[in-house]
Amino acid sequence: MSAVTQTTPAAETDAAPEREWRPPSYWPFVVPALVVVLAIIIFPWLFTIWMSLNEWKVGSPTIFVGLANYVRLPTDPRFVEAVGHTIVYTALSVLLPLIFGTFAAVVFHQKFAGRGFLRGVFIMPMMATPVAIALVWTMMFHPQLGVLNYLLSLVGLPPQLWVFNPITVIPSLVLVETWQWTPLVMLIVLGGLAAIPIEPYESAEIDGAGVWQMFRYITLPLITPFLFIAGMIRMIDAVKSFDIIFAITQGGPGSASETINLYLYSVAFVYYDLGYGSAIAVVFFILIIALAGVLLYLRRRTMWTEIGGGA
Amino acid sequence: MSLRQILGKIGLWFAVFIIVSPAILFFLWMASLSLKFEIDNASYPPVFIPEHFAWKNYADVVASNRFLTYFVNSLIVTGSATLLAMLVGVPAGYGIARMAAHKSAVVILIARITPGLSYLIPLFLMFQWLGLLGTLVPQIIIHLVVTVPIVIWIMIGYFETTPLELEEAALIDGATRWQVFRHVALPIARPGLAVAFILAVIFSWNNFVFGIVLAGRETRTLPVAVYNMISFDQLSWGPLAAAALIVTLPVLLLTVFAQRQIVAGLTAGAVKGG
Repeated sequence: MSAVTQTTPAAETDAAPEREWRPPSYWPFVVPALVVVLAIIIFPWLFTIWMSLNEWKVGSPTIFVGLANYVRLPTDPRFVEAVGHTIVYTALSVLLPLIFGTFAAVVFHQKFAGRGFLRGVFIMPMMATPVAIALVWTMMFHPQLGVLNYLLSLVGLPPQLWVFNPITVIPSLVLVETWQWTPLVMLIVLGGLAAIPIEPYESAEIDGAGVWQMFRYITLPLITPFLFIAGMIRMIDAVKSFDIIFAITQGGPGSASETINLYLYSVAFVYYDLGYGSAIAVVFFILIIALAGVLLYLRRRTMWTEIGGGA
Repeated sequence: MSLRQILGKIGLWFAVFIIVSPAILFFLWMASLSLKFEIDNASYPPVFIPEHFAWKNYADVVASNRFLTYFVNSLIVTGSATLLAMLVGVPAGYGIARMAAHKSAVVILIARITPGLSYLIPLFLMFQWLGLLGTLVPQIIIHLVVTVPIVIWIMIGYFETTPLELEEAALIDGATRWQVFRHVALPIARPGLAVAFILAVIFSWNNFVFGIVLAGRETRTLPVAVYNMISFDQLSWGPLAAAALIVTLPVLLLTVFAQRQIVAGLTAGAVKGG
């Protein structure tokens, strides 16, 4: 911060030509953003931590309760259940897009007519407004009139209850999440594929390697760093997934698809228990930060991959 | 062309078809739902292309008394949040890139990985105390949580790749750092500005979670308005799908026409750790 006062722009150029020239400070460029970030990101965080130490309900006086809100968490069956749902939801929402996304990237790495346009179409699901998509998926999941059960009947499978059955609700939501986010994995892996030199393939072809062998022994090892990154990003996004779940099931039926984020919403903005909600937010954040730490660590270990980053 | 090449071509096209069809079929089905009368939407087996198109679904949505209000709300919130973010975020990205202050980017990273709901609890109270609830101001401010990190992150990446030599020459010739930024760095970074702008617009436009808590009857943005339609008109799928399509159409068009920028921004942002 002291750099702001160190060099004033006018003095440097006109008044003191005899002084040794120093590169100007760039702090003034950052200050406005710093103020905004302090106000809307840092301050809310500090305030959240403070609130989590209080019994803070809308409409009643606040009482300092120390760590009581945190002690309550592990004994709250709905929270524990939500953690379980989050783990299942996240694991599936990482794995499936990774598999399909890699396949899609290999295909889009080939040259074919209309590739640019089709790639644009392919990434539409992740750019489209989540609530709008969720609405259409809700109609498609409809047990009587939904088009998905009709498609199942075409291939001779029995109709499903999809999001209306506590057992199939999470897989059904993961289907939407996978449909939506496979394109992001595809784009990241595509960046990785672009950075692979062509020579290994040429020599492999001379040695008579098949398509699968080339993928397994050349492509896959070389794109592994990108798969790590894609997986981490997917993990962070899937953990905090909200719009799709909220718009389609609101955590139901019952609480069968209630993830931590959904529960956080209920506690804070349905029951208006802001203190307890803040405690959930803090624990949730620590969980995500732990994941992000892994991401940063991996990023540092795979620096060279940035060659493909600007693609 | 040998048989093997032909088979390869067919295989490739088959793979392309498999990959792209979930997206294409979904949006076609969305369009189909939005253009059908209730009879067709409630029929089994489902009708894909109806005999009569229900253009009135669209007319109904647009004509409904509040649609215009919500549309204008969305424009104001997304427009303000994006412009403010560009105003503070572009210089910040420049400053961070030139100072090589990569540690400060961690704050941006934290902002990107924090669930939006976490910001809502404290800021909701703030807005209540300040008496701002019921206006669009809270939503504009909280959308900055989305747009500012995107803009800073993308601009850091962009300014890191722009050449330093010109800037150094200008500095030595006596230009102030602001002049250098304004007349040397900024013009070169124009493609980066487009990327940051487009992504900020899209993610702000799509945002839902802030609106469900902060928006009142008069201050809803389009995604919240569409969500509210679900609870009221559960059974009329046509207008509902039409509304959904209207909300997301600007984004879809942007995705197809500004595909290059979006892909560049997403891969840069993503690979760099967001």
